Amino acid sequence: MAASGAEPGQIFLEKVINVKKTHLTRAAAIAMAALMAGSVLAGCGGSNGESKAEGGSGDASKGKVYYLNFKPEQDQAWQDLAKKYTEETGTEVKVFTAAEGTYEQTLSTEMDKSDAPTLFQVNGPVGLAKWKDFCDDMSDTEAYKNLTSQDFALKDGDAVKGIAYVIETYGIIYNKTLLQKYCDSDFATVKSIDEINSFDKLKTVADEIQANAEALGVKGAFSSAGMDSSSDWRFKTHLANLPIYFEYKDENIGDTDAIKGTYLDNYKNIFDLYITDSTCKPTELASKTGDESREEFVKGEAVFFQNGTWEYQNLLDGGLKDDDLGMMPIYVGAGDEANQGLCTGTENYWCINKNASDDDKAATKAFIDWCVTSETGTKAMAEDMSFVIPFKAAKESTNLFVKIDKANTDAGKVPVSWNFPTMPSETWKDGVGAALTQYAAGTGDWEAVKTAFVDGWKTEKEKAAK
Amino acid sequence: MFKKPRRKIYALIFVLPTFAAFIIGFIYPFVKGIELSFCKFQLISQTEFVGINNYIEAFQDESFKSSFFFTLWFVIVSVILINLIAFFVAYALTLGIRGSNVFRTVFFLPNLVGGIILGYIWHQIFDAILRNMDMPSLVTNTSMGFWGLIILMCWQQAGYMMIIYIAGFQSVPADLYEAAKIDGANKRQMLTNVTLPMMMPSITICTFLTLTNSFKLFDQNLALTAGKPYVDGIWQTRMMALNIYEVFYGESSTAKGVGQAEGVIFFLIVVVIALAQLYLTRRREVQA
Repeated sequence: MAASGAEPGQIFLEKVINVKKTHLTRAAAIAMAALMAGSVLAGCGGSNGESKAEGGSGDASKGKVYYLNFKPEQDQAWQDLAKKYTEETGTEVKVFTAAEGTYEQTLSTEMDKSDAPTLFQVNGPVGLAKWKDFCDDMSDTEAYKNLTSQDFALKDGDAVKGIAYVIETYGIIYNKTLLQKYCDSDFATVKSIDEINSFDKLKTVADEIQANAEALGVKGAFSSAGMDSSSDWRFKTHLANLPIYFEYKDENIGDTDAIKGTYLDNYKNIFDLYITDSTCKPTELASKTGDESREEFVKGEAVFFQNGTWEYQNLLDGGLKDDDLGMMPIYVGAGDEANQGLCTGTENYWCINKNASDDDKAATKAFIDWCVTSETGTKAMAEDMSFVIPFKAAKESTNLFVKIDKANTDAGKVPVSWNFPTMPSETWKDGVGAALTQYAAGTGDWEAVKTAFVDGWKTEKEKAAK
Repeated sequence: MFKKPRRKIYALIFVLPTFAAFIIGFIYPFVKGIELSFCKFQLISQTEFVGINNYIEAFQDESFKSSFFFTLWFVIVSVILINLIAFFVAYALTLGIRGSNVFRTVFFLPNLVGGIILGYIWHQIFDAILRNMDMPSLVTNTSMGFWGLIILMCWQQAGYMMIIYIAGFQSVPADLYEAAKIDGANKRQMLTNVTLPMMMPSITICTFLTLTNSFKLFDQNLALTAGKPYVDGIWQTRMMALNIYEVFYGESSTAKGVGQAEGVIFFLIVVVIALAQLYLTRRREVQA
């Protein structure tokens, strides 16, 4: 009596485990063998590099556009813009946005379909290395010809494989009202916001705010440096850009297979400042989220908040006004601090799918050209998406942080470039992030961060080169 | 005369839709997966045959080895704990105490919650507790991460196994106990000589399920620790399934093939261990 009185699920499981060799299983075995032989012969053979684009120069009016968008926060704006384009030209434009953090996975799947995206994104040289066989030359596009600087094109030899379409800026966002309140206080050593132009000054200010938190009515100088995945990119990617930037500058390079970590002490100093002069204990940071950090800043519990132009709308929605806000460079005590600007750059490059039909490729090129040169397109990108775009016809953005960046540059400050597109891999970022988390929690030491940063860089670069 | 062959044809026709679904949903991906493990590819439609290179790389992958041992250790502890808990809860709930149906439902409920949500909620619970004790988060400590996973899995799986064990308890004929009593057996002897042998089918199933579930664990692992902490270049609490996923979406051009190869090796390991377990526990099953 194996299972009398047992529930149906159990009986079913018993049967599954107990399967007898029947005709059917034998048939299945034969089918499986045939399939295996068949697909091995057909599959691995060599459909490699197959291209659907044959003959004809491509007629944009016959093609259609499929854009796989990377930025979820601009999804609606893209859908609207696509609709306008279709109304104007009759070309069908489909926009699909990958969920946050799943772009690579979505792209791999979508590219395999017969209706693959005609327009997709890579994040820079590292992303391009993986996808360059799928990128069409874009040197004949108006978008390329209208770039304000050649630096915004991603090249492979002479071919233009990608074009940056948005420039973003980050730094230390501060609450102007609160910071002014500090400057006006008796205990303040620094008497004006403009005086803060170095790491030492920033540290003095932050330490004094922290020591007098109650008098100022705040919980801490910096909003929580949360290490949850919704927030840790601010430190493992954006903050980590600074030591890389200064090292590249010293060595006069734009990428490297082996980072030395010359400026890791500076990285430590700024991170220490973030986690000690904070709204919460360092041990609590491991699971703090990006939303919590923003919430603290919006509520006026913290004076400083490291983030970028993309947060502008969220801060306004939270009730802050332009008059309350400012952004300063992330000072780490390296280089010419008095002339250091905000971190400005891009990790968003458009690429056109080489394997799309010629008509579709032509249609896609016409679409991006329209986006960055036409009145409707540039207006939508500046206002609805609050993007600064690196094209001659760009409209001025309403974003306060963008304006601050422009004012800084006009005043002769040198923007810090974005070098994290040259970081070896996501794994590297995760490694540094985890090491930082443990360092903050006190379960790991700074040596582990250095190891993840320097040794991890080397191993991951080697892996990526394979 | 025609009756029998015709019935056979009908049987084949009726089974065809399911069989087709089985081929599309299981056999084809399985075979394709094996094939891909011998290829270098970025897209499934464009592959290049590279022989056993992927397997060589998989065996050289440190994270693959470490995740194997972490998984093995996790499986041993969780299989034992889950089955012990489930067995004794089932025993307690077949004693006829008041409200045992309510308890059964309550214990079974965690099973109905998705793994990602569970992992996330337990992450919050553990961290809140640790914070109150002034200890660092779960994701910064390997052994905390390990026991966190164990607690989560016990909580989720014990209820399901309990249902199977309850069915097992109820299927033991009362006359066997009566006969044992007449022969003068005490409670312990009744447990080891009557209940346990009669329960072997349930034990077979429960160990099989817990073993394979624990081996293949993915969502809970991802949501609870995501493999953290990261020490000496190794993700300390990353289990095999999560590791394969991470390898597969790595940056190098061979990453997908290597991930696929690791998937095939993983499959073989699970099959061998599960079959061995089935063989061993089946041998102990008896007929009343």
